[in-house]
Amino acid sequence: MTLTELAQKALETRREVLRLIYRAGAGHIGGALSAVDLLVVLFYDVLNYRPEEPAWPMRDRFILSKGHSCEGYYVILADRGFFPREELASFMKYQSRLMGHPHPKVPGVEVATGSLGHGLSVATGMALAGKRDQLPYRVYCLLGDGELAEGSIWEAAIAAAHYGLDNLVCLIDCNGLQISGPTQQVMNTQPLAAKWEAFGWEVREIDGHDLQQIRQNLNQVPFTVGRPSLVIARTVKGKGISFMENDFHWHHKVPSREEYERAMKELEGVGPSEIGA
Amino acid sequence: MDRPNRRVFTETLLTLAKNDRRIIALASDSRGSATLNEFATELPEQFVEVGIAEQNLVGSAAGMAKCGKVPFACSPACFLSMRSIEQIKTDVAYSGANVRLIGISGGVSYGALGSTHHSLQDLAVMQAIPGITVILPADNRETAMLTRQLVDYPGPVYMRLGREAAPRVYDDNYRPAIGKGTLLLSGEDMTIVAMGELVRSALDAGYLLRQAGISCRVVALNTLKPLDTEILLTAARETGALLTVEEHSIYGGLGSRVAQLLGECGPVPLTVAGFPDEPLVTGNQEELFRHYGLDAAGLVEKAKELLRRKQTTRL
Repeated sequence: MTLTELAQKALETRREVLRLIYRAGAGHIGGALSAVDLLVVLFYDVLNYRPEEPAWPMRDRFILSKGHSCEGYYVILADRGFFPREELASFMKYQSRLMGHPHPKVPGVEVATGSLGHGLSVATGMALAGKRDQLPYRVYCLLGDGELAEGSIWEAAIAAAHYGLDNLVCLIDCNGLQISGPTQQVMNTQPLAAKWEAFGWEVREIDGHDLQQIRQNLNQVPFTVGRPSLVIARTVKGKGISFMENDFHWHHKVPSREEYERAMKELEGVGPSEIGA
Repeated sequence: MDRPNRRVFTETLLTLAKNDRRIIALASDSRGSATLNEFATELPEQFVEVGIAEQNLVGSAAGMAKCGKVPFACSPACFLSMRSIEQIKTDVAYSGANVRLIGISGGVSYGALGSTHHSLQDLAVMQAIPGITVILPADNRETAMLTRQLVDYPGPVYMRLGREAAPRVYDDNYRPAIGKGTLLLSGEDMTIVAMGELVRSALDAGYLLRQAGISCRVVALNTLKPLDTEILLTAARETGALLTVEEHSIYGGLGSRVAQLLGECGPVPLTVAGFPDEPLVTGNQEELFRHYGLDAAGLVEKAKELLRRKQTTRL
């Protein structure tokens, strides 16, 4: 996919995320929007998978450890053909598969996430299984920066380096904000690069909204043979909607009708008539 | 000769794993307590050490299960069931990862090491998690046979094993089935229902009561969940009084579950024998069983008291 096409997918995904959350009257919009560009590059350009055969043993695995950012994930899985696009309208509705946090009953979702700090351990186990079986798949895990305060993340980080899991790629959606405020004030986990390097990971820091940078770096994994790879992606919470950007109140605030319409307009050329709320 | 069930488990697992590459043993610096040293030496490619990190133990095991492995996560029951309980709930049970959680040295196996090392809440928390089968073998034979059944068992399992030599209960013809209770001793006056390594004490108590002229039925359960309700309700109907025996808090384990069942299906007098809701005195496992009336002599006293209540109770 060309960069222009990726950018178009990112824009469409943001629009659909906004629509999902507005219709459901619930969701985590800030973190969903900060992760969109990372997810788009992963699912349209990097990951090897078969939507028609979600359990294909050779597939690359993806774990959304920050499970609350599921909206963009669902939109992309539907667009890639894992389940019908129409099902997106059921997001968080009675008896829907599409809950506010992902579950493997949604085709394409490997494990349930939503309780923070779990994803990297599961990804480590998957990568270790791949190593033991000498299979070529890779495991990708997307973390939030807020969840780095969970001790279990660091248990997994130690083990991944101990076992030299260079088939494991961790990305941190580093938007700098969490539910109560700036991450550096709530619980400062900086300096991140130095910490992860000290734990035995090979670290790259990138702009998490620069599609070319994301793609270029993800195409270079493992960054060092014999070590797990970490991408610290600097992102903006609420990215793409001016009045949501860098405001932690939009962690899980739901836009009003007026806010929704303004946001849709910002996400390019959508008139009120197309607002299908 | 009777040996610790944890030892029988690892020997059986090693035998199975030599012919089944899917089997992985995971340890959290627990290969000594789980007696996994031989496994680690003989099958290094099927052994995973995570260090003292129970959350990562269970999370990693879930990841491996999702990639076609049959992981046995082995760690002291006290830490496995508490330190990693959220990973058990979410990564294993809710995600549908077929992990076998092996709680080593369960109950008060660690005796005088104190409450930090006792697992007297594990059954309560495990049985409240949807989808987890909870297994407690009584003796060596049952441990070996249930371990074999676990390999292809569909769904996550928590199996608790003790540290000390487990006295023999079953003869060589016994064939355990997960979820199925066993009638060990016939009787009509009352029933003792026991689980795990207290089954032997319950059976001994049954014989002592028989000598005292009391016809006591003894039923053994190797599975707390799913519960064999049929054998329990039959015992309640036919003997009219139940004494449950468990190496667990009196809250949330076998006794609580049986009380719920009797409340739903027709009550009979019930005594729940287990550990009280307080810090335990110091003692080894045998001393603690005696102190809290869970040895055969203590169970006999509880049984007699229950019979008195049965005779005076009008439900």
